[in-house]
Amino acid sequence: MIAVLASGFLTTVQDEGRRGYRAFGMPWAGAMDRYALAVANLLAGNPPGAAVLEMTLSGGSLRFEEAAYAALCGADMGAALEGAPAGNWVAFPIASGATLSFGTAARGCRAYLAVLGGIDAPVVLGSRSTYTRAGVGGFGGRALAGGDTLRIGPAPAVGRFSPRRSLPAALVPPCGGDVRLRVLAGPQEDMFASDGIATFFSSAYTVTDRNDRMGYRLEGPAIRHNGEADIITDALAPGAVQVPGDGMPIVMMADCQTSGGYAKIGTVIGPDLRLLAQSRRGDSVHFLHCPEEEAITALREERAAYAAIKERFPDVGGGG
Amino acid sequence: MGAVRMLVAGEQGLVVEFGNAIDPAVNARVHRLARALATRGLEGVIESIPTYRSLLVLFDPLVLPRERLVPEVEALLSIPVVEEASGAGGNTVELPVLYGGEFGPDLAFIARHNGLSTEEVIAIHSSSSYLVYMLGFTPGFPYLGGMSSRLAAPRLLSPRGKVPSGSVGIAGSQTGVYPLESPGGWRLIGRTPLRLFDLEAGRPFLLAPGDVVRFRPVDEEEYWAYLQVEEIRAFERRGR
Repeated sequence: MIAVLASGFLTTVQDEGRRGYRAFGMPWAGAMDRYALAVANLLAGNPPGAAVLEMTLSGGSLRFEEAAYAALCGADMGAALEGAPAGNWVAFPIASGATLSFGTAARGCRAYLAVLGGIDAPVVLGSRSTYTRAGVGGFGGRALAGGDTLRIGPAPAVGRFSPRRSLPAALVPPCGGDVRLRVLAGPQEDMFASDGIATFFSSAYTVTDRNDRMGYRLEGPAIRHNGEADIITDALAPGAVQVPGDGMPIVMMADCQTSGGYAKIGTVIGPDLRLLAQSRRGDSVHFLHCPEEEAITALREERAAYAAIKERFPDVGGGG
Repeated sequence: MGAVRMLVAGEQGLVVEFGNAIDPAVNARVHRLARALATRGLEGVIESIPTYRSLLVLFDPLVLPRERLVPEVEALLSIPVVEEASGAGGNTVELPVLYGGEFGPDLAFIARHNGLSTEEVIAIHSSSSYLVYMLGFTPGFPYLGGMSSRLAAPRLLSPRGKVPSGSVGIAGSQTGVYPLESPGGWRLIGRTPLRLFDLEAGRPFLLAPGDVVRFRPVDEEEYWAYLQVEEIRAFERRGR
């Protein structure tokens, strides 16, 4: 059992997300930074898609009522275990009764805490992810609050001598700050003027304060349409870049609604979406035109990294 | 009918676009492909999302590359259509509605705006069949087609902060039902006691893309009876 002493700004239970129900209007939800999710789980000895805590900007404080083995990845929120710095992109044992507390992320936006056995939330439509707008999944469909208690899923017994494990520096990705996002043009790039497309791929955009799990609104030079900005409402998925009539791009994220009525100039490639998920108000964003082969290569490299991490860090067995 | 366009929606998305109009015939082609693709059961297809005039296919390109997916889709499109007896191929779902009063605070506005009596508005609204072109916006929200133009009315100038779930509304030439309590600017004419989105039910979504909806006016007694049945069911599920 984990007692939530303080929740931080916005902490939710997330996993890989809820597949298969977009046709009914149900978003995927799931971790915003898929790489940090997978690596935290692998370090903790879980399958890559187990349920974790996603903390946004600040992380609160948790008391472990049982011994556990945990991993921290993503934005560095200065976590401390019983007052001693815990590090980041690491896994370590936690003794029963110990408190893990977090501060505020100096850069980056989202931190992930995985525990061996996973966070035990009910599986709703195939996933433990929280989708707060419809009150679905996770912990009662909502963000955590002080006083909540979380259960840890069944896991092999861990003891205090379980090893501390750190991700090799070469596998630690950049987190926060200015980002460059690779984009495949389409599906409605023909609704934009050629100078509009040039503006999109050559300008710096800034993350506004209207950024959340649904989408990131950016600000910068206006992207000019050919004519109308609106289309007959069609399907949206994370990564889609919608451009409404004001010419300012909106990048759809994990909780994005399943349909929308603005023309989409392009789609951020899957492996790069985590970079935006770690950006915050004031960070700058550049969009880079990307051929499809490059996106496939990036996807293949991401999967290869998971396999390499899995091989390097075998499952945590009986520990103590 | 026009040529089918295959569009790129990221390295993991394919849009199959059948036209550029809100048209039941175009939409029927979308649903037909969605069903054919589901039946085909290709490994690497994650899910597909039907909309008014296109189908978004989400896939894992490391399992199923686009160069293999596109010819598979083309093959499914070339299968001759055997017209289903029901036309669109979906189910017909009847939604009981208590029109007017506190549940339909804008019924009188719709009547006045269109030079009709409230009884006429109810009669017209409940005499049509509405095609569920697609679901979206919020879980379970149906985009319905087929409303009589005699009922069309502009949205509220300022949206309500809270529209109760089950509310039946009109916006422009569209009608719809709110599955969840949410903010909204549609003119509300009534409410259904049935739950369009209910995680505890055996079937979480009452409506599916391609279904046909009919509204049936009920009186207060029948409305509360429906609601009681829903509550008893929910209670029994919790008790299990």
